[in-house]
Amino acid sequence: MTDPVIRFNNVSKVFARPDGRGDFVAVEKLSFEIAKGEIVAVLGKTGCGKSTMFNIVAGLTEATSGEARVVGHDPFRDFEFFRGKIGIVFQGDRLMPWRTALENVLLGLQILDAPAVQAEATARAWMTRLGLAGHEHDYPHALSGGMRQRVSIARAFAVDPEILLCDEPFSALDEMTARDLRAEFVRLVRQSHKTAVFITHQLNEAMEIGDRVMVFHRPARIAYETRLTDADEAHCARAREEIMKVLGAEPAPARDA
Amino acid sequence: MIAWRTTRVLQASVGLVALAAGWQVLAMIFPPFLFPPVTEIITRTIEILITGSLLYDVLVTALRIFAGLLGAFILGGILAMILGRSKSAENILAPVLIFFQGIPALSWVVFAIIWFHGTEFRIFFIMVLTTLPAFTFQIIDAFRSMSKDLYEMTMSFRPSRLTLLRFLIVPTIVPGILTAWKVNLGSAARVVVVAELVGATGGVGYQLLRQQQLFDMAGAMAWTLQLVLFVLVVQQTINAIEAWVLRYRPVSERAM
Repeated sequence: MTDPVIRFNNVSKVFARPDGRGDFVAVEKLSFEIAKGEIVAVLGKTGCGKSTMFNIVAGLTEATSGEARVVGHDPFRDFEFFRGKIGIVFQGDRLMPWRTALENVLLGLQILDAPAVQAEATARAWMTRLGLAGHEHDYPHALSGGMRQRVSIARAFAVDPEILLCDEPFSALDEMTARDLRAEFVRLVRQSHKTAVFITHQLNEAMEIGDRVMVFHRPARIAYETRLTDADEAHCARAREEIMKVLGAEPAPARDA
Repeated sequence: MIAWRTTRVLQASVGLVALAAGWQVLAMIFPPFLFPPVTEIITRTIEILITGSLLYDVLVTALRIFAGLLGAFILGGILAMILGRSKSAENILAPVLIFFQGIPALSWVVFAIIWFHGTEFRIFFIMVLTTLPAFTFQIIDAFRSMSKDLYEMTMSFRPSRLTLLRFLIVPTIVPGILTAWKVNLGSAARVVVVAELVGATGGVGYQLLRQQQLFDMAGAMAWTLQLVLFVLVVQQTINAIEAWVLRYRPVSERAM
């Protein structure tokens, strides 16, 4: 068996409350493993710590205790090692308003010092693949929400990362656009055999995307987990029922959380 | 687009024409040594612009303004970086800068005369010290307005410090820096005259002092207009740069 691409071992993340009234536990002794090429959907209610877990994997925040490893390295401390290895699609498109659509797709390649001509060809190819041909020189404000999110997906894929992290990337879009983009996204991830972590708070989205679904309780810990690869309809129906039960049974977050 | 620009220019001219008309009315009531006619002021203004030795004084003042602003900008940028990186540095330095901000330009002139000998260095010192706090605070504000979302997105590609500066920090702070230059330019133009009034042997301030000694109101107005014209030209240049740099910003049809 190969080493897992992402491994959390008793990882906790504690934040100091801004008002100075003690600490706030966002992630508590979280342990899981994600294998190479696996697409894992992480499901949980708002405020359950999914995004904190996401930020730890992305190396944007450091775990307070426990061991978080991505490709065997600490994603926060081994900053240089992860150059070009992780692609992120955020909840908002996070496009630089002063850059055109093409320049936004080019950003990661430019940071990674890719040769200019090759980088532009790659960026253009990804834009075409995501239906953005003809909009290369448009600024973000001139694009629709769906198109902007396509640009951000192209930006993540353009650097050809080993791991894709997606934090509710379609939650701000209308249902029709989200459905089309979701299908396209899954197709692209499967075609490129990438490992992907997909955070969502929508059950249908998690079931549609994930090879495996992990349901988080607050503070982030796994309350339920199921594998959906080659699962039959009966298994999916049972999983759906279980997930709904687990999510329904979760206590409401504290008011000051 | 052209019609909109013409309307804007015409509207901007209305106030200035009214001001000139009001002055002309006063010129017809009072003696010329108090309110010289508008035509005489314009003639004297043009005379300065086409007479090499007089234009030299205007250029000397312009150079002093630029040197002072550039010095304050570089020093302010360094201070802003120090303040931005350390909360302790901010706690120590911010009150000093606020204290400096409260010192009138005339006091800096007096200090400079007591402390230093060279005229040019005195003026440079005054210019830098009077505009430094504003530059520092404006640069640090521009830096702090940087979007956390864009910062995290950029950091996800693991950029070097230089790359981060190039792709995120500079484009983020440029609008704030341009605004800082526009604001400080007006302030610097006022301060430079005060600095030149005391001890300088050339420049617009020196010439204004001469006109006062000669009781020449038309000359005083003509030299004042040189400075006003200079500020207008530089402001328009910065506006043009700003419009080009910020060309990506959407403009609402209902925008004021």
